[in-house]
Amino acid sequence: MSDNRAAPVVRTSALRKVFGTLVAVDGLDLVIERGEVFGLLGPNGSGKTTCIRMLCGLVQPTSGSATVAGFDVHTQTEQVRRRIGYMSQRYGLYDELTVAENLRFYSAVYGLIGDEREARLAEHVADLGLGTRLNQMAGTLSGGWKQRLALACATAHRPDLVFLDEPTAGVDPAARRTFWETIYDLARRGTTILVTTHYMDEAERCQRLAFLSRGHLIALGTPSAVVQQFGATSVEDVFVQLQEKDERETAAANVANGANRPDTTAKSGKRAS
Amino acid sequence: MSVTMRVRAWTGWPMLWKEFISLRRDRLTFALMTALPAIQLVLFGYAIQTDVRKLPTVVLDESRSSESRALVQVLANTDNFRIVASVPDRAQAKRWIERGAARVALVIPPEYQREIKRGNTGRAQLLIDAADPQSSGAALSGAQLAAQARGAQLLATRLSLAPPVEIRVRPWYNPAQRSATFIVPGIVGILLTITMTLITSTAIVRERERGTLEQLIVTPIGKTSLMIGKLVPFLLVGYVQMSVVLALGRVFFHIPIEGSLLLLYALALVFIVASLGVGLLISTVARNQVQSMQLSFFFMLPNILLSGYIFPRAAMPEPAQWLGALLPLTWFLEILRGVLLKGVGISELWQELAVLTVFAVLLLAVSVRRFSKTLDSRDSERRAASRTATAVGEGREGMGENARGACASFDGWSVSRKRGEVGVSV
Repeated sequence: MSDNRAAPVVRTSALRKVFGTLVAVDGLDLVIERGEVFGLLGPNGSGKTTCIRMLCGLVQPTSGSATVAGFDVHTQTEQVRRRIGYMSQRYGLYDELTVAENLRFYSAVYGLIGDEREARLAEHVADLGLGTRLNQMAGTLSGGWKQRLALACATAHRPDLVFLDEPTAGVDPAARRTFWETIYDLARRGTTILVTTHYMDEAERCQRLAFLSRGHLIALGTPSAVVQQFGATSVEDVFVQLQEKDERETAAANVANGANRPDTTAKSGKRAS
Repeated sequence: MSVTMRVRAWTGWPMLWKEFISLRRDRLTFALMTALPAIQLVLFGYAIQTDVRKLPTVVLDESRSSESRALVQVLANTDNFRIVASVPDRAQAKRWIERGAARVALVIPPEYQREIKRGNTGRAQLLIDAADPQSSGAALSGAQLAAQARGAQLLATRLSLAPPVEIRVRPWYNPAQRSATFIVPGIVGILLTITMTLITSTAIVRERERGTLEQLIVTPIGKTSLMIGKLVPFLLVGYVQMSVVLALGRVFFHIPIEGSLLLLYALALVFIVASLGVGLLISTVARNQVQSMQLSFFFMLPNILLSGYIFPRAAMPEPAQWLGALLPLTWFLEILRGVLLKGVGISELWQELAVLTVFAVLLLAVSVRRFSKTLDSRDSERRAASRTATAVGEGREGMGENARGACASFDGWSVSRKRGEVGVSV
């Protein structure tokens, strides 16, 4: 079982995913410890999404392996899914259900039923401060409350690992602050957080960061360590550096592709332009 | 785990529970489900009267005799005519027709009775506004009927003979020949088609648009539970609608229910499953709710025109009949009218049942396959490839792009293919 509290929650070794000729994730080695708030950063197309999708068991790795909460993501997908929570940018809430009904629905989907569920939810609602809104329709909530509810739905079954895919897009600063306080609360209680974000102030709140560029892990460590490694002044600086490097390399790769395979010149040329 | 525990822990329950709450709260869907049967009944049950009766008729009686009055009476007795006025001359009769106040004018010349008494043929004239072929047809047949009836009567008295030939027509199954009796059972079929395709496909596409489908895929919920939870509520909604139409049809249109209702409900299940297959199929093709509505209406049109719902299939050219035979509704209409009007049983309907079963199995198999594919990205890595290529090619783009790409890759073939093309053409 996964109850070995000392074991890392995520462990990938030489994880690789190839789509046709495109290497989306190349030889990724990551270890994420229990209770960590871990940020996954990188420009668009750097492999963040593919990486998360492999960890959720939605995409099968081409080679290498990954375990989540002690289970292999490919062969033990069912067990993995019971132990993870997922909060997307779109929140995935049912507008026509109340806050309480959304919570009941998602916890029931994770197999929580009866009195156990009610007790668990009561506690959870108190922790996340949703008590005053229980009977409000989710569709009428403001952005900040929706986000909080989405987080509650993703964590009611006490997952070992929660994926937050750009969780604070379109939310006001005050709500973002409370959101991050909640995240740290969860982490203190042993839930591991894996977050992707484009907000650099959020990246700086993570305990550790991993920077991906064109499928490669190019930096790993605390925010300050990463900033130092690149000789930059802030995480944002690192990000911009990386993105520019990415674009140069992509253009170069496309030119090389075109030269090697004349039949695809037109295609690559267009893409590069 | 005990059996009861297993049953309670089935992930389909929360899906069903959630779906029923949503159905109850979604006003548009609820209105569609409850108001649609009523509207359809009023529209098609009352307004569509293919049987033309009581055509407004004016009489120009220049004979003013007992014979002419008898003729008018016979004409009125056919029920195809309703005498609205007597007019003094032809010009007046013409004006009535031109105004649209009368569709028919009966002109009886002065010598009408005299000719009959002399043993010649008494001639009268019927002027018909034949712009609408259906009403003029009714006038024609009414006039012939009246002339024959009156002629036979006169002959019989003149010769003291019984008429040598008489054909007695017995219109079975719909003796009064009311079109409502024909149309209302069809409304059950049309309504089920609308609910199962339009409402079901829109409900699934909405779930995808809002990102809840994406959310559900990463939960331990099984694909089967997901689909059952999504489809079963609509099956029940279909049965409710069917019962409402049958009850209203019985009360307001006196629709006969000759056969076994139990048989009808059992056979309806096969039709509902086939139609759910169409709905699910539409949901895998449509990218948004508007498209799913357009596709559903596109599917509805041949159903209304070619299934025999209003227009008899026997009158259609052969290719149209073949097309009609490809629609599940065509076969279900046979079942509906067979059970309700003729009171036939399974021994007469097994062919329809067999065809519907084939439709149901095929449609459900294809649509479930396609639907699973949109859920399971393992089968669709090439889509993800095109998406990633897009993202790389676009380089620096809006912040939301990455997330949208992620959603699109959950979304099935069409979306991602499109995205792939975008990537190439940028």
